[in-house]
Amino acid sequence: MMKRSPLVLGNKTLKDVTDDICAPVERFPSKGWVGMFLGAKTLLLFYIAILASVVGVGIGLLGVNSPVFWGTMIVTFVFWIGIGHAGTLISAVLFLFRQKWRTSVARTAEAMTVFAVMTAGLFPLLHTGRPWLDYWLFPYPNQRGPLWVNFRSPLLWDVFAVSTYATVSMVFWYIGLVPDFATIKDRAKNKLRRTVYGALSLGWRGTAKNWSHYEMVYLILAGLSTPLVLSVHTIVSFDFAVSNLPGWHTTIFPPYFVAGAIFSGFAMVVTLMTLVRIGFPEFKNYVTLDHMEVMNKIIMTTGMLVGYAYASEFFIAWYSGNQYERFVFVNRAFGPYGWSYWVMVSCNVLIPQLFWFKSMRRSIPVMFVVSIFVNIGMWFERFVITVTSLHRDFLPSSWGMYAWSWFDTGVLVGSFGMFLTLFLLYLRLFPAVSIAEVKPVLHVGYDEKGGHH
Amino acid sequence: MANNYTKGIAGIWEEEHLILKAARKTREAGFTKFEAISAYPIHGMEEACGIKRSWIPYVTFVAGCVGLLAGLALTYWTSAVDWAVNVGGKPFFSLPAFIPIMFELTILFAALCSVGALFYACKIPRIDPPSIDPDLSSHKFAIFIPHNDIGYDETKIERMFKDLGATEVKKTEY
Repeated sequence: MMKRSPLVLGNKTLKDVTDDICAPVERFPSKGWVGMFLGAKTLLLFYIAILASVVGVGIGLLGVNSPVFWGTMIVTFVFWIGIGHAGTLISAVLFLFRQKWRTSVARTAEAMTVFAVMTAGLFPLLHTGRPWLDYWLFPYPNQRGPLWVNFRSPLLWDVFAVSTYATVSMVFWYIGLVPDFATIKDRAKNKLRRTVYGALSLGWRGTAKNWSHYEMVYLILAGLSTPLVLSVHTIVSFDFAVSNLPGWHTTIFPPYFVAGAIFSGFAMVVTLMTLVRIGFPEFKNYVTLDHMEVMNKIIMTTGMLVGYAYASEFFIAWYSGNQYERFVFVNRAFGPYGWSYWVMVSCNVLIPQLFWFKSMRRSIPVMFVVSIFVNIGMWFERFVITVTSLHRDFLPSSWGMYAWSWFDTGVLVGSFGMFLTLFLLYLRLFPAVSIAEVKPVLHVGYDEKGGHH
Repeated sequence: MANNYTKGIAGIWEEEHLILKAARKTREAGFTKFEAISAYPIHGMEEACGIKRSWIPYVTFVAGCVGLLAGLALTYWTSAVDWAVNVGGKPFFSLPAFIPIMFELTILFAALCSVGALFYACKIPRIDPPSIDPDLSSHKFAIFIPHNDIGYDETKIERMFKDLGATEVKKTEY
């Protein structure tokens, strides 16, 4: 029989699990956390200032102009939405496949999803230039006669897809947290904690009948989130694919965007998990090297999937015999934005190949660096798709370059401030590993006497 | 809210296999209203307590169907009836274009209604329900038998719990 390595190291008892996971929430924050939080918060304040200028003065501050009307806001929107996908995949898809290793990373991955979608959601709203009128995006009964949104537009599908995704992933995450909030409430030493966590736990009591319904709802939510997550990035890709611009109008976009999203999402999970392991050393027993290795394997697989997609796009551009399509792809690789294409290929296709070597897959510094490169590469993928198709289309008379301004840089960099601030607050206030889900898998990989197989 | 809770007797265990056995024995002793309390879902507990499969999937299915039809109704009525605008010569009732909306609303309705059903089934949210022991949400397990259950006899139950390996027996409200 094949030996299984333990999912949780250190022969933990049930009480140890509760103590370990609640510790970061219950103790005074460490200097490291405070330092990172202040950094992230400063970046967030900078972001708010940048966005205030962009909204106050107008989106002319950004580089979008004829012919590149979709710029940083859309590129970064697609990037952040993609980041969110790994959370749902780890949580929902692996749950359906009964992959027990997910329990240690699912909570944090879901948190990442929720914050990434929040970060992403701002961009299309701000990109409209008049965000105070964004409620026009929703179909609501109004007093201007029968004036409705256009349901034939992929931009409107996006509104429905992203808002549904945000709602369902938040609900999924929160439902998972409820029993753990009850645990923290029961351990609370003062009235304030007891009240706050008591309210968050909704009065959860953990009777067998409750658990029976709870597990059923968890399964249902996982089953609903799985097609949902695939639909969201498919619909985001429709924003491009349903147009008829060369380089966008391709049927490969939906699966290609979904693969890219999983790829970038897993890279972000690895980035964050290495940081969590450094910041909270007690979590090393829960988020083990085995967990990280499995995620690195997924990064390598999806990296090759996107590499395959890049190759098929080129092949089809040639094979279709469409001269505009062919030009766009030659221009992507060798035109004025060729450098961004090669940044994308190096980061997404070449660098993850390091993970063929077991020592690389299991080295924390290597995986941290690779995951950062993947994130850079995936941002550039969206940049390449958006900007290179727009800057040279059918007519040379309408060609131009994207006038990137430092406000664009501010928007891009600042969005990390928002994401990291939320994430760091989460690590301090919520149990970062699911207590109720880890306990049933404690014995995996141990024999009856408590030793390894 | 306090009148929702009933008095009764609770036994506390410290090991998973003991609580499973205790739940089975309690059921065999003829009790029907007892509750088994644990910090995490225990494999086999539903059978031990005689709990039927959850009815929530039916709610999910119906809600999903309602969501699908709501999506169809919304897109059809707004785009083909109330404000029929010719967009690039496409038909007013452009079903393929409406499928994403219908799909998303199906998922949204099904997910939110399932969670609503969970709240109803578990009678949450509740304000400050009585707790038998704070460790029950961490590493201990309990069985609670309410005073109005058939064959309720405190001394008998206490002896049964002790025989089954309970570390503590409490008269309490739950």
